[in-house]
Amino acid sequence: MSSDIATSTGRAPTVYVPSTEALAAVLAPGERPSRPSPLAASLAFSWRAVLKIKHVPEQLFDVTAFPIIMVLMFTYLFGGALADSPRDYLQFFLPGIMVTSVVMITMYTGVGLNTDIQKGVFDRFRTLPVWRPAALVGMIVGDVLRYVLAAVVILAVGLVLGFRPDGGLLGVGAGIGLLVVFSFAFSWVWTFFGLVLRSEKSVMGVSMMVLFPLTFLSNVFVAPSTMPGWLQAFVKANPITHLVSSVRAAMSGTTDASAMTWTLLWSAFFLVVFGTLTMHRYNRR
Amino acid sequence: MSSRRSTGLAIEAEGLTRSFGETRALAGLDLQVPAGAVYGVLGPNGAGKTTAVRVLATLLRPDGGRARVFGHDVVTEADAVRARVSLTGQYASVDEDLTGTENLILLGRLLGLRKPAARQRAEQLLAAFGLTEAAGRQVKKYSGGMRRRIDIAASILNTPDLMFLDEPTTGLDPRSRNQVWEIVRAVVAHGTTVLLTTQYLDEADKLASRIAVVDHGRVIAEGTPGELKSSVGTGTVHLRLRDASVRPEAERLLRTVLDAPVQLEPDPVAITARVGGAGSDLDAGAQAARVLSELSRAGIVVDDFSLGQPSLDEVFLALTDHPAAPAEDERDETLEAAR
Repeated sequence: MSSDIATSTGRAPTVYVPSTEALAAVLAPGERPSRPSPLAASLAFSWRAVLKIKHVPEQLFDVTAFPIIMVLMFTYLFGGALADSPRDYLQFFLPGIMVTSVVMITMYTGVGLNTDIQKGVFDRFRTLPVWRPAALVGMIVGDVLRYVLAAVVILAVGLVLGFRPDGGLLGVGAGIGLLVVFSFAFSWVWTFFGLVLRSEKSVMGVSMMVLFPLTFLSNVFVAPSTMPGWLQAFVKANPITHLVSSVRAAMSGTTDASAMTWTLLWSAFFLVVFGTLTMHRYNRR
Repeated sequence: MSSRRSTGLAIEAEGLTRSFGETRALAGLDLQVPAGAVYGVLGPNGAGKTTAVRVLATLLRPDGGRARVFGHDVVTEADAVRARVSLTGQYASVDEDLTGTENLILLGRLLGLRKPAARQRAEQLLAAFGLTEAAGRQVKKYSGGMRRRIDIAASILNTPDLMFLDEPTTGLDPRSRNQVWEIVRAVVAHGTTVLLTTQYLDEADKLASRIAVVDHGRVIAEGTPGELKSSVGTGTVHLRLRDASVRPEAERLLRTVLDAPVQLEPDPVAITARVGGAGSDLDAGAQAARVLSELSRAGIVVDDFSLGQPSLDEVFLALTDHPAAPAEDERDETLEAAR
């Protein structure tokens, strides 16, 4: 259908005849605008990300349906066994599953970047005289909108199922804020892999290999005290554990200063190390 | 503001090399592109054309050698180069999820225009390229010709001094191809230098004022279209004989008459020869006529005869003594280059 439209417009009565005058008019060099600021360039790229959501709304499936399924599935799967009832389990579990879902969604940053490269859009962006990280920053800013959306969807489902956070609106907001900061920083891991790996399939593969152990071997589902010692050691070092602890604390109206510090340190680590690696790779060619 | 019209050299490249694993995409490429005209880079798939363009457009670092664009080094002064060039090619496209208008506004903003100015510029360009009707449609719904036009419109958004067009007409129907040619002529008439890569000799012939023939990552011949063609011959005669057994005799006769390479085709009655080469005073038509009359006098019956321009294959054969068979899969090379 779409190709029909394309060919019929290319044919009579609208056959395009290049007009020398019209082309000369658009070629006349006006004043060359000055180079946009890093912020303006990044914003232009995040505008692109928003437009893509508008034109391809299917991509929101990952940030809506997937989190809903995760919440329902695990609440009823583990709720009876691990707590007195699904509703009790939810008080413990909801911040964790929110972290798991959003962190898992970060991998689409790498997949999206890889697709852009395959389609050649990035080659044009890379020939523009703009602040180099802008294309990637803008892309991730667009993804942050998706993270917020996913977190809100999960919160809504949780509230319907009986999640009652003691921290109130402020605590929940702070929890989501921490999660978004971490996810923004963590996305740079995937931009790096998106640039290094050959296909979006391999980006997916690597992402899953990293994300599954990282999210499951944490304090998301059960308290670490039930685990063998060697596993506890891993769980305690896992950045996801720190993130979950700090989000859980915020949502229940308290502050876990140590977990929060670790979360921010890990965020800084991912941003600095993988942001640098990504930009090195992006400029290297 | 002083004139943007450039003089002197737009591109100077010396000994560029670049490998992807085992594949040597560029093997010491030299190029001197004068400003203000179309420069054709002609070569088969896998010759290294796309890699060369990507190096010159600052997308890819060369392993060795150096290149300057308007006097700026493509590696150490990449930003200064980027401010003056634009790139259009199969792998430097626009976002196909976005509409034509959105793509041009996005690029306008990235070049520093404010949003109203960017919108105005987008509308102006879409109109000049006959895309006003399609402005609000996603680019993935465009036909091939429209797609190429929006790509080129995106490339002249800031009126570049040098425009790279990487195989702009590959895969287009003849009419769309003509439209692209018209656009290229308008762009050059305005003073922009165009570096055009192509697999088609006739395209380079029609548009370019100079041509570099590239093979295995190296320039193997360079000159005006006239110079190149006279070194190769201006035409080719294709003959089909009634009787395969007289082919050796016909071949001998052609060699004597033409004093030029004669090729025996896989088809046992077919024979091909170059005419109009530098070695003869006669033009291609006159030589072809002589061939026919000599064959007829020798009693060799010709069933089919045609005279055509030399194809790229024949140019290659003449320049390299090997046919222009693709050495590598170009898509592999470019995807590799895109990493």
